[in-house]
Amino acid sequence: MHFKARSGEALADATLQANLRKFQSTGFTALRANAVAEFGPELFEKLRGEGAAIRDRSLDSMDAWLERFEAEAVRRGATVLFAETRAEACELLVEICRRHGVRKAIKSKSMLSEEAGVNEALAANGVTPIETDLGEYILQLAGEPPSHIIAPALHKSKEDVADLFEAHHHAPRKDDIPRMTREAREMLREHFLSADLGISGGNFLIAETGSGVIVTNEGNGRMVTTLPRVHVCITGIEKVLPTLEDFSTLLRLLTRSATGQAISNYVSLFTGPRGRQDRDGPEHMVFILVDAGRTNLVGGDMQEMLRCIRCGACMNHCPVYRAVGGHSYGWVYPGPMGSVLTPSYVGLENALDLPHAATLCGACSVACPVKIPLPELLRKLREKQVDRGLRPWREVAALRLWAWTAQRPRLYALATAIAVRFLRFLGGRDGMIGMLPFGGEWTRGRFFPAPKSGRTFRSLYAARNRGQTPVSLLSHNQPALRKRNQR
Amino acid sequence: MRVGLFVTCLVDLMRPSIGLAALKLLEDAGYEVTVPAAQTCCGQPGWNSGDRKGARALAERVISQFEECRYVVVPSGSCAGMIRAHFPEVFASEPAMLAKARRLAARTYELTEFLTKIAKRASVSATFDGTVTYHDSCSGLREIGVKAQPRQLLAKVAGLKLVEMEECETCCGFGGTFSIKYGDISSAMAEKKCANIEASGARAVVLGDLGCMLNIEGRLRRRGDAKTRVLHVAEVLAGTTEG
Repeated sequence: MHFKARSGEALADATLQANLRKFQSTGFTALRANAVAEFGPELFEKLRGEGAAIRDRSLDSMDAWLERFEAEAVRRGATVLFAETRAEACELLVEICRRHGVRKAIKSKSMLSEEAGVNEALAANGVTPIETDLGEYILQLAGEPPSHIIAPALHKSKEDVADLFEAHHHAPRKDDIPRMTREAREMLREHFLSADLGISGGNFLIAETGSGVIVTNEGNGRMVTTLPRVHVCITGIEKVLPTLEDFSTLLRLLTRSATGQAISNYVSLFTGPRGRQDRDGPEHMVFILVDAGRTNLVGGDMQEMLRCIRCGACMNHCPVYRAVGGHSYGWVYPGPMGSVLTPSYVGLENALDLPHAATLCGACSVACPVKIPLPELLRKLREKQVDRGLRPWREVAALRLWAWTAQRPRLYALATAIAVRFLRFLGGRDGMIGMLPFGGEWTRGRFFPAPKSGRTFRSLYAARNRGQTPVSLLSHNQPALRKRNQR
Repeated sequence: MRVGLFVTCLVDLMRPSIGLAALKLLEDAGYEVTVPAAQTCCGQPGWNSGDRKGARALAERVISQFEECRYVVVPSGSCAGMIRAHFPEVFASEPAMLAKARRLAARTYELTEFLTKIAKRASVSATFDGTVTYHDSCSGLREIGVKAQPRQLLAKVAGLKLVEMEECETCCGFGGTFSIKYGDISSAMAEKKCANIEASGARAVVLGDLGCMLNIEGRLRRRGDAKTRVLHVAEVLAGTTEG
């Protein structure tokens, strides 16, 4: 099913629409705006520039920084594994489970594990995965994928969650959020204490110290990375940063852009397994660093996309995302960043509609903390589709016909004069076209306003220059003109 | 001083009165205005849809047609944005054309930008009776920074009161071919815009781009609002809105 069909269902889903409206009115955009105002808009602009420069510096020498990261992490007792594909990442993880006799794995939020289908791979190999991020936990109960990268269950209402908890927790139904949250904590506590493996994502990898970082609000991430005897951090290779100083700049940008917080409740850095002096921490610490299409973007015209720090600001500000929600985008990453990442990672031909699922309004790139030119990247993907012959022939023919005609001013003048009269005729007395030929999509939800004058500007201007009609009389509302149009 | 008016294809076809209003504003400001007869389209539809070749051919024509003009004025944020922000990208790998594209970009202004920044209009002779709200078109706002200029000029129109609506900077859902590829999403976005216009209490929405104009007007009428007017800023400033 494609974006169009899925978004059609989303528009018709009254519950989802109500949840999206709530998200928009109480959501992240206002919080971000407040945080930026508090930080100082000019300073924040400067910070965005610094953030983009840090990401570019990291990506330009990604191989070197990854080698440095590996050396530092290994020196501190961690194991670093590289996976070229999503399948390879799952194989490595399953092998770790086998080696350590893992039966149950607790997870904190990791978009890469969604990309790779980690939960399915674990379940197929006799390991029970438990999502411990509240949003992800809700979705695991519901058997649904996330619809937002940092607020995965935003498409669910409080009532939806109450229903799910009642069905799965075998406890009396609760309908206030604090009591529901407490109940989820009680259910999860047991899993935290009995799991053999903790799987986390990684917001950043710090090359100079060999550390992984997660930025969270619920505290589950810290338990996942310290309680079980084995901790696996699975993330994309592009997350590497040279220094802790670079990280501190990006952290300022990340939390403000994501949730409007000056800093998240928890910022956890993990550097190697438990040391002799440490009172807690895992016995084994493994990084699985996954490529899965990322190196294909390095050095090419889509490299800027790899700057992404997964804050979600682009989708929060996207009017299309806010109209149809995240599931419409079909894969792991929704919104503008998803419309660039999905075709880049799963193939242009497998996500034909996504680069077009945007008005190129630019709200995303203005909000992006690392200045990714998302509309420009979407446009480039559209161009690649045309170049590779992936667009419907009628669309390409229409574009070519327009360009061909517009290069021939006489023909263009004739064709447009005819078109204008035809459209004016279709508009009838009220000047509104209810059914537009070749534009039925437009008129399904709107009228198409007909030309107000039966003549083009060029013909009116030419008449003026011939001295036929003074320009002051050429307003479309003038009776003289109207009479002529009716002829 | 010679000013070239780039009318834009949508004004030419759909609302020639806006082109005439722009012409009047420029002539009233004392400029000698030329309107190259062979002008058609800036190439934006092709550029945004991935047809680089078609866009390039049209961009080259625009560059040569306006070569002699000291300034180029466009009554549309998105077409001005195409010339200013994207023509240099179209010719990124052709040094000679790139230089020409940059020279044109540096001389090109959206209408309200030109009137405030270059013509420095101190007064506007038009009058308007009532409250209006202003819709910021995406390309004008985010590609070339049209935000304060139309508001400054509207403030000089006698009798006109501007009230800001909620989310005046949010896309109306037009998006060029998006409006016919994803008509339902586009209409849903237009509906939100119309609801914000209605909630503002204004009796007219003023804007600076034809795409938004057709989209918003089409949705307003479809939802049964026959009275809220949709006006181009050029018509309001030229005083040609009555009737």
